[in-house]
Amino acid sequence: MGKVKTIARRTFLIGSAAVAGGVAFGVWRYKTPYANPLLGGLAEGEAALTPYVKIDASGVTLVTPRADKGQGAYHVQAALIAEELDVDLAAVKVDPGPPDRAYWNTALAPEAAAFSAPNEGFVQDALTGVLGTVMKIMGMQITGGSTTVADGFVKLRAAGASARETLKLAASEQLGVAVTELRTEAGRVIAPDGTALAYEELAEAVAGMEPVQDVTLRAPEEWRYIGKPMKRVEMLAKVTGTQDYGIDFEIEDMVHAAVKLSPQQGGTLVSYDAGAALEMRGVSGAYEVSGGVAVVADNTWRAFQAAEAVEAEWGEAAMPANMEAHWAALEASFVADKQDSRVRDDGDVEAALESGEVIEATYRAPYLAHAPMEPVNAVVRVGEGRVDVWTGTQIPRFVQASVAKIAGVSNEDVHVHVLMMGGSFGHRLEDDVVRQAAEVAVQMKGVPVKLTYSRETDMAHDYTRQIAMAKMRGTVKDGRVEAYDLGIAMPSVIVSQMGRQGLSMPGPDSQIVAGAFEQALAIPHHRVTGYRADPLAPVSSWRSVGASSNGFFYNLGLEELIEAAGADPMEERLRLASDPLARKVLEAVAEMSGWNGASLGPRRGRGVAMTRSFGVDCAEVVEVTDTDDGIRIDKVYVAAEVGRVIDPVNFENQVQGGVVFGLGHAMNCEITYDGGIAEQQNFDSFEGMRMNQCPDIIVRGLENGDVVRGVGEPPVPPAAPALAAAIYAATGVRLRQMPFSMFVEFAS
Amino acid sequence: MQLTVDGATHDLDVEGEMPLLWVLRDELGIKGVKYGCGIAACGACTVHIDGEAVRSCQVLAEDVWGAVTTINGLGTPDAMHAVQAAWEEHQVAQCGYCQSGQVMQAAALLAENASPSDSDIDEAMSGNLCRCGTYPRIRAAVKTAAKTLAEG
Repeated sequence: MGKVKTIARRTFLIGSAAVAGGVAFGVWRYKTPYANPLLGGLAEGEAALTPYVKIDASGVTLVTPRADKGQGAYHVQAALIAEELDVDLAAVKVDPGPPDRAYWNTALAPEAAAFSAPNEGFVQDALTGVLGTVMKIMGMQITGGSTTVADGFVKLRAAGASARETLKLAASEQLGVAVTELRTEAGRVIAPDGTALAYEELAEAVAGMEPVQDVTLRAPEEWRYIGKPMKRVEMLAKVTGTQDYGIDFEIEDMVHAAVKLSPQQGGTLVSYDAGAALEMRGVSGAYEVSGGVAVVADNTWRAFQAAEAVEAEWGEAAMPANMEAHWAALEASFVADKQDSRVRDDGDVEAALESGEVIEATYRAPYLAHAPMEPVNAVVRVGEGRVDVWTGTQIPRFVQASVAKIAGVSNEDVHVHVLMMGGSFGHRLEDDVVRQAAEVAVQMKGVPVKLTYSRETDMAHDYTRQIAMAKMRGTVKDGRVEAYDLGIAMPSVIVSQMGRQGLSMPGPDSQIVAGAFEQALAIPHHRVTGYRADPLAPVSSWRSVGASSNGFFYNLGLEELIEAAGADPMEERLRLASDPLARKVLEAVAEMSGWNGASLGPRRGRGVAMTRSFGVDCAEVVEVTDTDDGIRIDKVYVAAEVGRVIDPVNFENQVQGGVVFGLGHAMNCEITYDGGIAEQQNFDSFEGMRMNQCPDIIVRGLENGDVVRGVGEPPVPPAAPALAAAIYAATGVRLRQMPFSMFVEFAS
Repeated sequence: MQLTVDGATHDLDVEGEMPLLWVLRDELGIKGVKYGCGIAACGACTVHIDGEAVRSCQVLAEDVWGAVTTINGLGTPDAMHAVQAAWEEHQVAQCGYCQSGQVMQAAALLAENASPSDSDIDEAMSGNLCRCGTYPRIRAAVKTAAKTLAEG
């Protein structure tokens, strides 16, 4: 690891600022300074600082601006700061901090930025510029794209190191001992004679000092936290029922609201009668909100009951009448004027297809709900000149802007308090629930209004994962894959999602082909084309976004070509691997699984798949048995290249969870719309994987690359195609559409 | 009506048909008990009544037949139940939202069956959904808890 200095000159500098009774340390972006969120009144560009370490008389607070929705983000961010600051994780406070564009997410930009466009209208620079602007509007304080680790790996350690060295300098002046003689441990600066000064005692002295810039980040062999099993800071609370989530938030005089929304996704309210609801016990009011009616009561259950009792007339939603029509719209999108991108175009695909026997197939991936365990909820209080919002969100800056608009105040007057989230998977990148709570709260000035969605409302009104279709054509030659042409059609997730925030997103959408166009395979004639379907049901980012469908398509197409070539799925992938890092990932799963072919004996088989998503190559081998009760998934081997594993325990948990997520939805989940109404509204019809179906999942993190990357999403895309390949090996049934339960039974 | 929850007795004035889940959460402020589905399909609301694991979203207030134990009464951060300690040791939780129910379900299983087999564990726990996919760790933690309890 290099010196901060060398990195800092290019990207950021370390700064400090006085805060009430203490000091805050951080890094700020070179050339693009933002006001210090902890100082409020400062003008942009003045004393610009992104504080991550706050020290005052009450102790040390590590500010962790990436939201925690279960992935351990608070814990990982805190550990990165603590690594250099020399504090015990158990002894410090962790605070998500206020929404502020200073906490912008550097690592998200390259993921969101599109590539060179197929038509002449957009060149890469212009497009990146547009997206860059959008990202700044968004303030970049977004938790997503597996970026928390990538964004914070150097930034957070640098903030910790700078704070430590500045504290030592202050202690040196107070004690009259040279800085080089001082050491730090457990939140104290210690002199050779044993005199110790707690960081909080030095806070005031440090507040006026220029922060030490020239710090060397510790070498890996000196790390105390990174790379070693850690205890997550909030684990104790989570296993004892003492962790409060958004849904648990309470404040004096709070009322409980529930909504009855149009049964159709995106449908409108024409008229309503809340007469019966208002007669019910504890119910105090009914209000029109976007998409329906809210009722207010003194308890969540009473609000749910009253919402059910509201009678309403609804307008039509703008959506195809049934699933046949949704699929037909995708089918009709593989045409030149819907072409969105063709970034991958190696060799001469057309010529290759003309000269060989063409293998063709069509693949489908359905709409999927996010369905985190905690239904969405928000508390909003509109006071005089101040609005407070308490909610679990990945987009605090958007929430701030949405609520400001509804309340008719400036963004600065909206205070967003980010609360712990009971899962998300991308669900909390939307903010309908906050807006509706705000719509009620503006009509009940001064009263905190808590809106909780029922599970049915949460699922039926989810902005789902995109529906998508792919068409593969290819040829083989001399036992090898010769040509692979993949076309993918889907509506634009980014346009749908950003549209709800009032932003237009010009140019091609990289997510239409993400998880396919950038794969590290060198096939002689290889092309990936994205087609943008017209908007169908509204869609949003679902764990691994475009790659969640495209990793499936890409691997399935490849699998069929490899079979036609008569090659081994693992060996042919290894032969085609064009990047030594990706090759090592494949070699790892081959070795872990003892791969010697797809067959494992009668009615048993295994499959392999690899997807590069969010910069991470992740390969999985799935083993299944075709039992008399149905398909049983026995084992999964996973390897992923992440540059550096921060916490092996949390890493393993994240990867296993990603595999379960990928397998479970592939097995039995879909959202289907009939007349615009979601036909699955609870966990009885949208189940995912349960404990009795969960295989052993053996995980290996590879650290061969230079870039440190997050692993929240990459294990999801390869799970479904590896399972499909395994089922094929065991049964001979070729699965080309999810969920697989449409075609095969799973043992329970 | 009267309910005994985590050792304390409460007098309540609520509708008989209010599910126990909402009595616990909104009337008694016991927030460790979670709402996930309201139809007994996820297990996040699991509590014990007289030691038996039940879905509190399906038990009406007027039908509660015995003393209720919630995650908050099973153990505390300072004095964890063996199951909670095992969950902490294995760092089971991701988002953690379902884990109250998972812990309660596992505690009831172990009270009834001191050394469950893998299939006993799968069967007992299959009604408790975890969307984060922490099942491999839950399985390991149940085994550790069984061992701890057996060693007394």
